[in-house]
Amino acid sequence: MMSEKLSQHITSLVEKFEGTTAEFAGETTVIIPAERIESAARFIHDYLGFKFLSCLTAVDYYPQDEPRFHLFYRFNSIPEALSLNVRVPVSGINPSISTLEKVYSNANWHEREVYDLFGIKFEGHSDLRRLVMPADWQGHPLRKDYPLGYEEPQYTFNYEEISVRKPKGSRE
Amino acid sequence: MTDIKEVSYEEIRHLVSDRALEGETMLLNMGPQHPSTHGVLRLLLELDGEKVVNCIPDVGFLHTGIEKNMESKTYQKAEVMTDRMDYMNPLGNNLTYVLAVEKLVGLDVPERAQAIRVILAELQRISSHLVWLGTSALDVAAMSVFLYCFREREQILNIFELVSGQRMMTTYFRPGGLWRDVPSGFEQAVREFLEVMPHRIDEYEALLTKNPLFLDRTLGIGSISAEDALNWGLTGATLRASGVSYDLRRFAPYSGYEQYDFEIPLRTEGDVYARYIVRILEMRQSLRIIEQALRKLPAGPVRSSNRKFVPPPRSEIGTSMEALIHHFKLWTEGFSAPQGSVYVATESPRGELGCFLESDGGPKPYRVHFRTPSFDNLQVLPKLSKGFLVADLVAIIGSVDIVLGDIDR
Repeated sequence: MMSEKLSQHITSLVEKFEGTTAEFAGETTVIIPAERIESAARFIHDYLGFKFLSCLTAVDYYPQDEPRFHLFYRFNSIPEALSLNVRVPVSGINPSISTLEKVYSNANWHEREVYDLFGIKFEGHSDLRRLVMPADWQGHPLRKDYPLGYEEPQYTFNYEEISVRKPKGSRE
Repeated sequence: MTDIKEVSYEEIRHLVSDRALEGETMLLNMGPQHPSTHGVLRLLLELDGEKVVNCIPDVGFLHTGIEKNMESKTYQKAEVMTDRMDYMNPLGNNLTYVLAVEKLVGLDVPERAQAIRVILAELQRISSHLVWLGTSALDVAAMSVFLYCFREREQILNIFELVSGQRMMTTYFRPGGLWRDVPSGFEQAVREFLEVMPHRIDEYEALLTKNPLFLDRTLGIGSISAEDALNWGLTGATLRASGVSYDLRRFAPYSGYEQYDFEIPLRTEGDVYARYIVRILEMRQSLRIIEQALRKLPAGPVRSSNRKFVPPPRSEIGTSMEALIHHFKLWTEGFSAPQGSVYVATESPRGELGCFLESDGGPKPYRVHFRTPSFDNLQVLPKLSKGFLVADLVAIIGSVDIVLGDIDR
């Protein structure tokens, strides 16, 4: 069950940043609009005392476009033993959101990973390069419209036929 | 084939200092094939003489797309991939994943299974720490410790082989319990290990703890304050060596850890030596937990009897039509999870290992993400190594205990 402290934190966060809440499996997630995330993170860090960013990742809801992505953040407050889930919807057209790097230093690599695998840009990020994929890679592998990457087996009787539709160059 | 695009000079020039551009400092490539980077880690070092001015880690050489692949498998079948992430901690990865699945579908686990999970997870922690101790001591030129550590690790791997048939990629924990009950020799084997291990830890300590050469290489090297460590998302022994008491087994107990009596070792110096001491003490605490779990190991089933998620035992299939249907459904289509997402974290030997699992209501995970401890722990390396010698950098990499499979996934 949710502690009283956490529900107070959630109420103040929802009021201040026009958020909504969702419940699942006994945990509450606060949904905050994308343009408020940086100030919300500062509030979470400085006033609510969640000094530790434990997880930052994204989910792709392709083919839905508005919003196409959800960013998922999880903050921990170690002295109070509380965890706070935050979700931020991001549009599928030129997906971008401001970075949390200045508030939580470890967001740096997490955001690079999300940029690499989902193609979401982080405004103001100090070093937004691909992290795990090679620098010359095309496309963003964890997007739902990106194929898993198997190759059709070619036999002598259908070699030409498959060669024609084999992806060449860009994989996007 | 696409044209190979080289990284341009402009793209990475913000990473090095102006002195490097004028040729005052040297840029040196270290890795990805280097014995003391503990895997395929590449570092771009900016050096002033032998001093590290800056260090830019380059990861991804072991990226295998595990998160993407898991999206195309059912919940049971995706589990085997978790073993392959952090190959020093396969049982811990299994545990995190099955806990996430169990939370997602609301599945209870019998007490015997929980106690066995704790015993094996703690054995795994000790075996991981032994590899860390051996290799990081090797990095600072203490050769013999390595051989002793691997002798004891062998004993642990033999126990894993006994219970699961595999030494490393066990996939022994399943959603709802265990693959099968432990065999009759298990308790005896763990007891034998518990008897010898405390003396063996004393032996390692006799070789290192007061060794002046070891102290010279580790004291005051690569230190980080508690506040910085927290802000950089460090977890595990690396964080606790800086004085922050954050251990998932206490912070958010899982698998019945709240029943066991153990301490969380803390140091405040935050240097390489403090991390060494914390991990040594952690091994002793793990032995305490195993001993308690073994003493009150309850009898009973090791799998949940909820047939909608857990396959029936083989013996039932021949006599029960229901069981046959469940068996068939679970191994072809799999089970469906309700729509929603969960985040579950456990204390791996390296720190917080979290699993974010989202379901769209179908039998396959919609999105799986692993928040891995090595990922955050490596990220801070530039900060830790600034101003130290290249030889110290090697000691620092060893002390944060990274596994590249864990970072790249």
